[in-house]
Amino acid sequence: MSYRLESVDKEGLGTSPGLKERNYFGLSDCSSVDSSTIPSADKKSSSLNFKATELRLGLPDSQSPQRETDFGLLSPRTPDEKLLFPLLPCKDHSASGNKRGYLAKSGSNNAPAAKAQVVGWPPIRSFRKNTMASSTSKNTNEVDGKPGLGALFVKVSMDGAPYLRKVDLGTYTCYQHLSSALEKMFSCFTLGQCGLHGAHGKERMSEVKLKDLLHGSEFVLTYEDKDGDWMLVGDVPWEIFTETCRKLKIMKGSDSIGLAPSAVEKSKNKD
Amino acid sequence: MDLRLPSKVLEHIFSFVDSNEDRNSVSLVCKSWFETERLTRKRVFVRNCYAVTPAAVARRFPGMRSLTLKGKPHFADYNLVPDGWGGYAWPWIEAMAEKSPSLEELRLKRMVVTDECLEKIAASFKDFKVLVLTSCEGFSTDGLAAIAVACRNLTELELRECIVEDLGGDWLSYFPETLTSLVSLDFSCLDSEVKLSDLERLVSRSPNLKSLKLNRAVSLHALGSLLCLAPQLVELGTGSFSDKLDQEAVSKLAQVFTELKELKSLSGLWDVLPEYIPLLYSVCPGLTSLNLSYATVQMPDLVELLSRCSNLQKLWVMDLIEDKGLEVVASSCKELRELRVFPSGADVDETNVALTEQGLVYVSEACPNLESVLYFCAQFTNAALVTIAKNRPNLKCFRLCVIEPFASDHETHQPLDEGFKAIVESCKDLQRLSVSGLLTDKAFEHIGRHGKKLKMLSIAFAGDSDLMLHHLLSGCESLNKLEIRDCPFGDTALLENAAKLETMRSLWMSSCGVSFGACKLLSEKMPKLNVEVIDEHSPETRPDSSPVEKIYIYRTVAGPRMDMPEFVWTKHKNPEIGVSHLAIE
Repeated sequence: MSYRLESVDKEGLGTSPGLKERNYFGLSDCSSVDSSTIPSADKKSSSLNFKATELRLGLPDSQSPQRETDFGLLSPRTPDEKLLFPLLPCKDHSASGNKRGYLAKSGSNNAPAAKAQVVGWPPIRSFRKNTMASSTSKNTNEVDGKPGLGALFVKVSMDGAPYLRKVDLGTYTCYQHLSSALEKMFSCFTLGQCGLHGAHGKERMSEVKLKDLLHGSEFVLTYEDKDGDWMLVGDVPWEIFTETCRKLKIMKGSDSIGLAPSAVEKSKNKD
Repeated sequence: MDLRLPSKVLEHIFSFVDSNEDRNSVSLVCKSWFETERLTRKRVFVRNCYAVTPAAVARRFPGMRSLTLKGKPHFADYNLVPDGWGGYAWPWIEAMAEKSPSLEELRLKRMVVTDECLEKIAASFKDFKVLVLTSCEGFSTDGLAAIAVACRNLTELELRECIVEDLGGDWLSYFPETLTSLVSLDFSCLDSEVKLSDLERLVSRSPNLKSLKLNRAVSLHALGSLLCLAPQLVELGTGSFSDKLDQEAVSKLAQVFTELKELKSLSGLWDVLPEYIPLLYSVCPGLTSLNLSYATVQMPDLVELLSRCSNLQKLWVMDLIEDKGLEVVASSCKELRELRVFPSGADVDETNVALTEQGLVYVSEACPNLESVLYFCAQFTNAALVTIAKNRPNLKCFRLCVIEPFASDHETHQPLDEGFKAIVESCKDLQRLSVSGLLTDKAFEHIGRHGKKLKMLSIAFAGDSDLMLHHLLSGCESLNKLEIRDCPFGDTALLENAAKLETMRSLWMSSCGVSFGACKLLSEKMPKLNVEVIDEHSPETRPDSSPVEKIYIYRTVAGPRMDMPEFVWTKHKNPEIGVSHLAIE
């Protein structure tokens, strides 16, 4: 028994008995030079155009280097809506960041290039991920003093967003890496210029923040440290930040004005 | 002539009907059978806590002694369900406290359990015996203390991979001296150290203790003294297996292990150092279940261990075992029924390349009872899948995760359609399947045609069009749970097969192309379904044709739920979404 419902799709699929392939992602007919081929369509699906919907994640070092790692294609947005901040590759890696996580086979795992972090993939339970993270940090005798128990998950909230996200600070290696990831996560909420555009290789972002504030950007990234104080992100060296940060919050620029002077003060004192 | 059996006779007959599936069938025969069955059912399983109200369950089964509940959809395990979605245990506990105070056992999976819930359990159920929480969250160790102190007849307390706010190890010390009934204790997911002397006393006064799973904070040294007190253990989860012990301590520990004559299941082994692996040799021949998935030892040490486990039925291990190690498993563990191989790295480029499809082929060839597989691997081939299918037509559960999305057959560069076709054709009793790698709609045509016993199917990054969904919904007769992410289909197949959804427990779709309009239409036409749209921004601010992020559809007799957060939209959320808004031009 089939129960056909009228589709709301204006292009009239609802009444036609056949099923047409829908190109939801606005992909033009892309020629794929990589070695995967799709078998030719059989009679039933002769109207299907496999190539047009061939989706590639385009992870670095994968077989399709010519495809952009653009999550805008995979996210369920209408083709004309673009992500404001497509995933930015982070080229700035320190050794400690790479060691985070798992048994790095010596020599083979030293510089992961742009990591497209797909939520929930591969499908491993968070409990296992966290446990493995701390397992490795114990085994590799890291000197950076990371707490042995579990990954560094902190909640990230944003003014106006309906729900929180959690990020594992251990997966990032520098402020820019973190801010790019947050941009991607929360980009749907930013209304104007986001003040998170990174410090271009600099670890300290406080001065750039101020400039952005002055230029009227909407949002600023802050964190609550272990003493319960709210600080601007970027004041302290990355390693100390990952140890002391308990929560992240993307605040409206205006709300963080009070933080700025003292944060800049602190950083000036450190100079 | 009254041909009905007296209810006393029916009751007696039904006391032999154990499985709930059978009991459900029994209850459909006629009214008197329904009545007798419901009054005699002791163990109730509610596999979706939103499918029915707590009050209805309590009313129907007044003799309930054991309740099992599941909350969030399976993909919540992989962070695809936002925090605050739901799955709250409180309404159930509150209702049972009032209507079923004789409840003795509670098993919850993927639910939000608060300290308040645990305190309520402790206060309300006088004969409470069993609490098993799997993948739950929302409570702290204070809640555990409440259970420990109040449940005088507690036999089982198991926390399996829960996220617990750990306020310290004191909770364990709240078990009173009078508690001697403990059979199973699992606190492996907690971080804090418990007081060893309290744990030792608890173990000493629990002669029935069969299963003990310690957390990582329990040292190897402490393990030794605990095992001396509980040589009768059948299941052991060790703590951290890495302290530096002197020679005397090591030989004492070795001796203690040889005393564990009943041991069948071993897990934990966190941080296990290779030099301690020989300590386990004495228990290996007796083991039927071995969980090495947190043991970070390399293949040679794993092989030493596994070659001694001739009775092993269940093996969980990391990809550190490599193909070579699985070859040894194949020759040594002939009784193997279940194999799970987890990745040791988190990402594609951290995969252990010495584990390939060949490892699984070895095991499938040599282990005749193999019926359940979970295998994470960097690559696979159709040929391997075909071989596995031919070797093991008795597979019931086959979950393959090729870690790189869209990865084709690494030898022929073809999609893995043919391989999965072989699996579903050959394994006629296959009940659970997870597919991965490059797959076209054809793969799903095969699954729809052959997967007649398939109950649960998980799909990610696959297919080309609506055909894939159409094949599954129209072909898989036994389909119960379907979860799909990042696949390029839209509304058509879903709407064409809408009636199918009432025959299934649930359907999850995320990052696919289903529109808000289709969701509205579906929920309007199918009142027995809850159609939940989970989306960061209100889909009402976008055109109806615009795709939504996540959709969770499940059948229910409970109607709309009252605890939806703001990011979940259903037609009931906003009464203005009525038929008038569905006018189709």
